[in-house]
Amino acid sequence: MKTLIIVDIESGKIKKTSLELVSIAQSLTVPFVGAYFGPEPTSELKSEISALGFSEFYFTTPTAQQALTAGSLASFLSPLIAKSQSSIILATNHSTNRDSLSLCAAHLKGAILNDVTHVAQTGAHIEIKKPLYAGKILSTYQLKGNGPHFILTRPNQFSNLPNTQSHLSMALFEGFELSGDNRIKIVESVKSSSQARPDLSEANIIVAGGRGLKEASNFKHLENLADTLGASVGASRAVVDAGWVGHDKQVGQTGKTVAPSLYIAAGISGAIQHLAGMSSSKVIVAINTDPAAPIFQKATYGIVGDALEVLPMLNTEIKAIL
Amino acid sequence: MGQKIYVCLKQVPDTEARFKLGEDNKSIDLQQVKWVVNPYDEYAIEEAIKIKSSFADSQIFVLTVGPKERAYEALRTALAMGADEAICIDSPSHTNLNPLDIAKALADTILAEGPLTDVVTVLAGKVSIDQGAGLVPSLLAQLLNLPLATMATKISWSQGMATVTRELEGSVMETLEVGLPAMITCNKGLNTPRYPSLPGIMKAKKKIIKDVTFFVEGASPFSSWDLSKMELPPERPQVTLLSGDTQAQVKELVKKLREESKVI
Ligand SMILES: Cc1cc2nc3c(=O)[nH]c(=O)nc-3n(C[C@H](O)[C@H](O)[C@H](O)COP(=O)(O)OP(=O)(O)OC[C@H]3O[C@@H](n4cnc5c(N)ncnc54)[C@H](O)[C@@H]3O)c2cc1C
Repeated sequence: MKTLIIVDIESGKIKKTSLELVSIAQSLTVPFVGAYFGPEPTSELKSEISALGFSEFYFTTPTAQQALTAGSLASFLSPLIAKSQSSIILATNHSTNRDSLSLCAAHLKGAILNDVTHVAQTGAHIEIKKPLYAGKILSTYQLKGNGPHFILTRPNQFSNLPNTQSHLSMALFEGFELSGDNRIKIVESVKSSSQARPDLSEANIIVAGGRGLKEASNFKHLENLADTLGASVGASRAVVDAGWVGHDKQVGQTGKTVAPSLYIAAGISGAIQHLAGMSSSKVIVAINTDPAAPIFQKATYGIVGDALEVLPMLNTEIKAIL
Repeated sequence: MGQKIYVCLKQVPDTEARFKLGEDNKSIDLQQVKWVVNPYDEYAIEEAIKIKSSFADSQIFVLTVGPKERAYEALRTALAMGADEAICIDSPSHTNLNPLDIAKALADTILAEGPLTDVVTVLAGKVSIDQGAGLVPSLLAQLLNLPLATMATKISWSQGMATVTRELEGSVMETLEVGLPAMITCNKGLNTPRYPSLPGIMKAKKKIIKDVTFFVEGASPFSSWDLSKMELPPERPQVTLLSGDTQAQVKELVKKLREESKVI
């Protein structure tokens, strides 16, 4: 039995979210192998991978014409899971993994759990925790049966960095071609260029605004602060519905669930649906004119005051120390 | 025989719901809960109503897995919005169903209704806000062997094909051309779901809800997990309100973020 980690690589390096998966795999008793979609790893990447303790690593090089649809990714992964004899598959809970791995799970008759915030070996068992009802309940499960079990984790939950060692041996395999699906074609894929910021669900710091910012143009105060902190910008549903910002910025039960180490909520009242999406953030700062706003019940630090005055000041103060 | 447009929906606790744990610490006391149609599924229902006239003789079938004592109400809402027929898939137990069990129940029900060649498409919300998983539609796609397009914010329909724009992580917009029938999940932005009208509600009372039962108890073919416990999330410590004039508060905040919690 093995653990298979689906590794995300960005700019030639293993993403932090994937390192979280490695630290989980290192804490389990079985050996782990890795897989990613991309060309043969460079020698730097290869040494990074082997130092982490992967015993085998699989890659596949999609050709330019091949659409990386969920179906074609699954066509690479399903035989790989069988060949590597993996009983646990660890991956980050993003849409690509969610779609392709659920296709694999249905194909291989495995069990799949996503948005997982805790994985630990307890004796002979593997224990998993997952929030339900947008974080209002926390559920604990024990894996049973031989798998494969697909476990998709929420980013930023596993803070331990994986151990590294030198001179570990690792076998590298290319293969398991992606097979296309002629019923589906990617026509276009565009990244909106203004968006150099980390994705909300993976962001380490988020500055978010609500109706208390008064008008759309005041989001520039958040943008400025986000520039200074290397943060992402989030929003309440009220301002998304008002068209101030796009739905991709909405935090909450019908938006994104986020868990950054710092969440700054400016002019957000803290409705239950908003809190659902962000109350597992490590540190929460609330800036609100109303001392009775519910957001203060979840906040670590609070400033009772006008966000339009506080935000620029905060930006200046932080700039001065960074 | 006309064509079928399927919409999978789920009934979920209202977003205002606050939960109490059951005595066994393995269940939730749902007595006080108000149930609603999962908000993302409303986009799927609306989309089906919108496209119905473009596919000759088509009928909208809504289906749900849930206990009929309450799930009928969600189906009636969809019928009142404009769906034609409903199927309620009940099971002796609805606790801790595996998403694959649910997908299997939906797949078997759809296949029992007739061949997929008579199906225009299968629609669902991109995620249900109770489990927050978003897995059932893609599992269903695999079981029915349909092409999959998740999280649609825009769909253009033509005979035999849909052009789907989807919003991915990192603000990537992807456009797919998908052959029909397909499994497509719907995101906010796709359309504005209508409220059921009074005549709609009256008509819904006469529409057919068909009952189906499925059994997984002890016989789930899928390797799985056991629920060990449920708990409420830990309380957060009391807030530290900063004092002094605004400038002083901001300075103090920066100091605390830097030195006390070390997050900047
Ligand atoms: C089914 C459903 C799903 C929902 N899903 C979500 C969701 O996913 N995410 C979400 O966010 N909401 C969601 N909501 C909406 C939610 O109930 C609230 O309406 C919304 O979060 C309120 O947004 P807000 O805090 O920006 O606005 P308001 O509630 O209007 O609060 C504005 C706040 O700004 C403060 N303020 C005013 N002026 C200033 C100032 N100058 N400086 C500082 N503070 C100021 C006020 O004191 C107030 O607390 C959902 C609702 C429903 C029914």
